[in-house]
Amino acid sequence: MKHVDEFRDPVLGEALAGEILGLVEPGRHYKFMEVCGGHTHSIYKYGIDDLLPANVELVHGPGCPVCVIPMGRVDDGIALAHQPDVIFTCFGDMLRVPGSDGTLLDAKAEGADIRMVYSPLDALRIAKANPDRPVVFFAIGFETTAPSTALTLKRAKMEGVSNFFCMCNHVTIVPPLRALLDSPDLRLDGFIGPGHVSTVVGVRPFEFIPAEYNKPIAVAGFEPLDVLHAIHMILTQINEGRCEVENQYARVVPWEGNPRALQVMSEVFELRPHFEWRGMGFISQSGLKLSEAYADMDAEIEYTVPGIRVADPKACQCGEVLKGVIKPWECKVFGSGCTPERPIGTCMVSSEGACAAYYNYGRFAREREVV
Amino acid sequence: MPSEVSEREQKVLNIIETARGKRAKFRDAQITMAHGAGGKATQSLIEGLLVPAFANETLTEMADAGTVSVLGGNVAMTTDSFVVNPITFPGGTIGELAVNGTINDVAMAGARPLALTLSLVLEEGLPAETLKTQVEAIAAAAKAAGVPIVAGDTKVVERGHCDEMYICTTGLGVLDDRCSLSPSNLQPGDKILISGRVGDHGTAVMLARGEFELDADIVSDTMCLWPAVDALLDAVGPSLRCLRDATRGGAASVLNELARASRVAMIISEAKVPVHPAVAGASEILGIDPMHVANEGKFIAIVAPEAADDALAALRSAPGGEEAAEIGECKTEPEGMVLMATAFGGKRVMDQLVGDPLPRIC
Repeated sequence: MKHVDEFRDPVLGEALAGEILGLVEPGRHYKFMEVCGGHTHSIYKYGIDDLLPANVELVHGPGCPVCVIPMGRVDDGIALAHQPDVIFTCFGDMLRVPGSDGTLLDAKAEGADIRMVYSPLDALRIAKANPDRPVVFFAIGFETTAPSTALTLKRAKMEGVSNFFCMCNHVTIVPPLRALLDSPDLRLDGFIGPGHVSTVVGVRPFEFIPAEYNKPIAVAGFEPLDVLHAIHMILTQINEGRCEVENQYARVVPWEGNPRALQVMSEVFELRPHFEWRGMGFISQSGLKLSEAYADMDAEIEYTVPGIRVADPKACQCGEVLKGVIKPWECKVFGSGCTPERPIGTCMVSSEGACAAYYNYGRFAREREVV
Repeated sequence: MPSEVSEREQKVLNIIETARGKRAKFRDAQITMAHGAGGKATQSLIEGLLVPAFANETLTEMADAGTVSVLGGNVAMTTDSFVVNPITFPGGTIGELAVNGTINDVAMAGARPLALTLSLVLEEGLPAETLKTQVEAIAAAAKAAGVPIVAGDTKVVERGHCDEMYICTTGLGVLDDRCSLSPSNLQPGDKILISGRVGDHGTAVMLARGEFELDADIVSDTMCLWPAVDALLDAVGPSLRCLRDATRGGAASVLNELARASRVAMIISEAKVPVHPAVAGASEILGIDPMHVANEGKFIAIVAPEAADDALAALRSAPGGEEAAEIGECKTEPEGMVLMATAFGGKRVMDQLVGDPLPRIC
């Protein structure tokens, strides 16, 4: 595939890995967090770990849109799906996330009309094809997917579609990063910054990480060479005594982001005072809801949802995994109580979840060189 | 540095592998779509409910077809239901699938297909033209394969109780004495071959549903595999260990089933797996792996190392086998697992999925 294979070139990969080896100080342990679930997925899918020296450790961050959804929100979604006549639409990954009593896939088997969509526009299309039935889109994701939800809502309003509703679970990337950096039990040497989110928000929002927390960060793409390149950039910063935001993914990410996407988001959404994150508790100003102007399309206003906060199952350590405090396999229920077949936590469901990625791709002993 | 940590990690991994080696349990409260996708949920249904209920030696082998002794000879029997939506898609129809799919399951047992039965479940209101088209497709496929349809049944259900039409076929074949196939034959060092490129059928059907607004020139690979198997038996029969057609769940599921059943490890070289560029592109966009996508005319053949070249030549000379390839080999460790050597130079596990491959979010 043109424009893709170039970034998966094994010869370049080996060369880059060799340079990384040269940048690593013998005996020192480096711990970098990849913020985005897409990176976690790439790292395991391509076996990027195999090309790194053993003393470069990658820990997985909170940037997996499915993983951060708390159980109570899943319950609310299922309650909406069971409302009379409702066609409930959501992305495929969401279907297997357990609420307190089953998943959306279970609700579908019980008779709820739940349809997997690939984009919010598909949900709008379903609404237009079924004008006498309410269609609810369960929106999730960071700033990466929020603009497409916003544009869809805008279009629905423009076209006068009155049976289209949105249950908004969109979240923003900076507040959880701040929460993470403020937590005392985390030791990190740098960040691989989220590439897709940055196409929308730009690179500037991450400037606080070196400025206030003294950690280097390189915003990175998702191909294996991108990830290695970002690690190379962070190590170079450390070796040169620099600490700043760098943009590895400049072929896609403009420094200022995408102003039009940000504009449409600000029209359609407003910040919630606080939003609950799976395993991380309430984080203030971290979630989005529909703005006043779009309140008539807000599923949470149109329907009464239980809105009950459900505590995570006791055994589940998704929170610690999302904060990078523990590795997936260090969770007490990893691979025994919690498997992709029978997940307890969200991180075991999404292909971007750290536990699922590790279970599906990384679950064998690797032999790596220690420097 | 990694010593103590990796020991702990290894302990966790060992626990998981022990659990995976055990027979899957069926503990679900109800049937979901995942149980029909050919992945782990299907496996739990089969191993946890069906096989124990009907317990017998033949079924426990869980091969594509079961073998029965009849009057001193051995025959292979299999049955399959076809519920594809849409019933016509680029490169094939439900009727062709129903014939080829069952013949292929017979062939995978190393048996020459002899006869089929056909059962039709039709939805009230199905246009006669649609039915005629499918019947013609069934007849043509059976004729091309040289396998007669010797018995049948028809049922009609009320509108909405089935999706246009469902087809069940049962196949009978006679075991070929050029080979003796079983996953228990697998040994470290054996070579893993695939009869052509992967993912065409699943991608063609997925795109034909029109849910993704993607257009690509992909057609289903549905075809009768007996000629390829016949060629393989002629060339390397005694060195052939095992055959499996890579249908639902894709090549990855089949390889995992074989690795689990035989307790060998398998290492697959990603760069050697033949994939149509358009299938690779569609999979890339949807975030799924062509190794998890269904095929209807591809099979995995595992052969003794010294016979690999001849086996590959035989496969390539068979109709539709031009792109057959040797994609990996059996090893000792890690027992029961399938690893992928990625084209980028790393390694990873290649597991079965739980249910259908789901498109990624972003």
